[in-house]
Amino acid sequence: MKALSQKRRHPLAAIALLLMGLLLTGGLYAVATTVNQAKAETTTFSASDTEEGKKLFEANCATCHGMGASGTKDGPSLVGVGAAAVDFQVGTGRMPMQMNGPQAQKKPLQFNEDQTHQLSAYVASLGAGPAIPEEHLLDEKGNAAEGGELFRVNCAMCHNAAAAGGALTRGKFAPALADVSGKHIYEAMATGPQNMPVFNDANISPEGKRDIVTFLKKIEANGSPGGADLGSLGPVAEGLFVWVAGLGVIIAFTIWLTSRTS
Amino acid sequence: MSASSTADVPFEAKTKVGRFTDFVDERVGGSGILREFGRKVFPDHWSFMFGEVALYSFVILLMSGTFLTFFFDPSMAETHYDGSYTPLYNVEMSVAYSSSLNISFDVRGGLFMRQVHHWAALLFVASLGVHMLRVFFTGAFRKPREMNWVVGGVLLILAMAAGFTGYSLPDDLLSGNGLRIIDGVIKSIPVIGTYISFFLFGGEFPGTAIIGRLYVLHILLVPALILLMIVIHLFMVVVHKHTQYPGPGRNDGNVVGYPLGPVYAAKAGGFFFIVFGVIALMAAAFTINPIWNYGPYDPSPVSAGTQPDWYIGFVDGALRLMPGVVNDFHFEYVIFGQTLTLNVLLPALVPAGIIFTVLFTYPWIERWITKDNREHHVLDRPRNAPTRTAIGVAGFTWYCVMWAAAGSDLIATHFHVSLNDVTYWLRALFFVGPIIAFIVTKRVALALQRKDREIALHGRETGRIVRLPHGEFIEVHAPLDDYKQYKLVGFESPAPLPAQPNEHGVVTRKEKRRAALSKWFFEDRVAPATPAEVEAAHGHHEAIEGSEQKSLSH
Repeated sequence: MKALSQKRRHPLAAIALLLMGLLLTGGLYAVATTVNQAKAETTTFSASDTEEGKKLFEANCATCHGMGASGTKDGPSLVGVGAAAVDFQVGTGRMPMQMNGPQAQKKPLQFNEDQTHQLSAYVASLGAGPAIPEEHLLDEKGNAAEGGELFRVNCAMCHNAAAAGGALTRGKFAPALADVSGKHIYEAMATGPQNMPVFNDANISPEGKRDIVTFLKKIEANGSPGGADLGSLGPVAEGLFVWVAGLGVIIAFTIWLTSRTS
Repeated sequence: MSASSTADVPFEAKTKVGRFTDFVDERVGGSGILREFGRKVFPDHWSFMFGEVALYSFVILLMSGTFLTFFFDPSMAETHYDGSYTPLYNVEMSVAYSSSLNISFDVRGGLFMRQVHHWAALLFVASLGVHMLRVFFTGAFRKPREMNWVVGGVLLILAMAAGFTGYSLPDDLLSGNGLRIIDGVIKSIPVIGTYISFFLFGGEFPGTAIIGRLYVLHILLVPALILLMIVIHLFMVVVHKHTQYPGPGRNDGNVVGYPLGPVYAAKAGGFFFIVFGVIALMAAAFTINPIWNYGPYDPSPVSAGTQPDWYIGFVDGALRLMPGVVNDFHFEYVIFGQTLTLNVLLPALVPAGIIFTVLFTYPWIERWITKDNREHHVLDRPRNAPTRTAIGVAGFTWYCVMWAAAGSDLIATHFHVSLNDVTYWLRALFFVGPIIAFIVTKRVALALQRKDREIALHGRETGRIVRLPHGEFIEVHAPLDDYKQYKLVGFESPAPLPAQPNEHGVVTRKEKRRAALSKWFFEDRVAPATPAEVEAAHGHHEAIEGSEQKSLSH
């Protein structure tokens, strides 16, 4: 104690105090934020994640996207696309791309969850971009009706009002959204994969995106109240059904009814 | 005999029911009507029943539609939905849409009735279409039935009108987009288009009047007209009597079949319930027009996969096929300050115009070309009128190309092809499809006629192969029975009719054109085997067999 009191007028004491104060507040802040992020572990990347991700990237992605993800003529630069883009593209199996075509297609996953996480970490480390959405945005407890309005205004022209998908030009298409996880729907909105436009947070707020995810999950869970939905494809499917099944059965009956004579 | 002896003694029924029936009959004359109708003979064939299907679908439409009117409110006033479908809770919408949702979710049996109504509507127009195809391909539109063919065509247009007005009523996003297209088509009509649109919608689209107006048309005017046309149609069927397929003992002066009572009355009554059952089953198990998916109408969003119901599809398809510009050639002009939008006007009105003009005038066109003024009550087998059949298939192919174009986006997504390529192919088929269909159909019809002739002359192949002693293999042919033989030889095959001079002895230019068309119509023909030819063919066989026997014997 004596030693401490003797040194309290030491010229470095103020600096030491400042350092201690900074460490304390910094440490407290760090503890506070990790407590906040404890639910959304996917958004925290350790240095080893980035390191492993870099190795995976160089082995699997650099052929097209270039060393350091700076892009080549075969693939765009990934600097600044953010972790969400990687999590979507790799997490749905679209990347690595099977072949060149109008757009990358969904296929069985090429990387497991940890590897996807590491790749995301690496790409996120290259430049700021949309992060993987936090858990509370994906809880599907938003306002479904609001989400429906947003969906019809912003999404239905390509994805169909019932989210059954639709055609775009030259072989491109907007996929059906049933069985797509809320996280991937959110990431697609945030990053605009393939031919999809980006709906950034100024365009549709995170709460709005949460409402859209809520709406999509709700109509998916609701199913079809009127019976088999015939693919939710609208009047074309209905017309085809009435001509093939409806008239087909009727014709079978007419043949049965008139089969006694002739 | 007994009738004359009891004439002076008034008839007295023995039972209470009998006396009651007799009382009514003496005042209404029901037994006379029943006797007349009950003896009406109808021929039996499955293809004669599509008109019935359409009639029954219409009856089902009237019944289910009446139920729906109890709960539907055609108002475009704004409201906030507070029914039980939560994904639309508190969404701003029209009262019409809200009441349609209430029918679907909060009225007991409402969704089922809505689906019955909609499926019945699709089946109504479909069976009408198939009925018309049957009438066309069998030549049932010929004298004396030309007028009834026209009444049928009017019914088809009215059915489409009924369908379209009904499709728009729920005021959901899908039907609103359909109305938007109709509005665009109306506005593309030069000069008067914008005025018509303003009168129809009561101002600029969408306004607040259109749903109420369509509702009145849908539940009052159009069904009344359909009912009137059905009455005229059936009255003419009774007057003309029903046509029949060719067969032994059937000619233009008789009808071979069963009387209406009791056989057909029972069959028709049962068939109504079969049709009702099929529609009810579809309505119970398959959803149709899920309006809750589409959301309320708002002019800004347009959903992918927006199509009209199938019977309007061909117009939508024609609109989709029309290019906006071809290289540097534009289809939009401004003339005296008026915009002429040919890339909407042409596809929306021209193909439909051509189809219905040809449809309505065809009986007279064929009558002029063939100069055939006789009554026809015996039908043609489609193969025995190759050119007519080919014209029909060509027209149907043209329709189907436009029809397919209405689903071009779904063809692209489901077959993993480019939407652009689908459009390019369909554009090409729009022009060459009918030509190919005409040629192929005509050749197929002629080939089938030749096969018929071959069978009529040489009998059917039995599949029994016989090896003759000198090593030759032959297949034994068996002669047909007389009924089947008649079917193959008992038809007319008119030859081209050369140009005839008129009463002044002059061959007019019009007559020359007619002769040219007649040549085109009947030039390629297979004449039915004559009795002499059949005789000769059989003799030929016997001669061969005879000589073989001779060679065997020595």
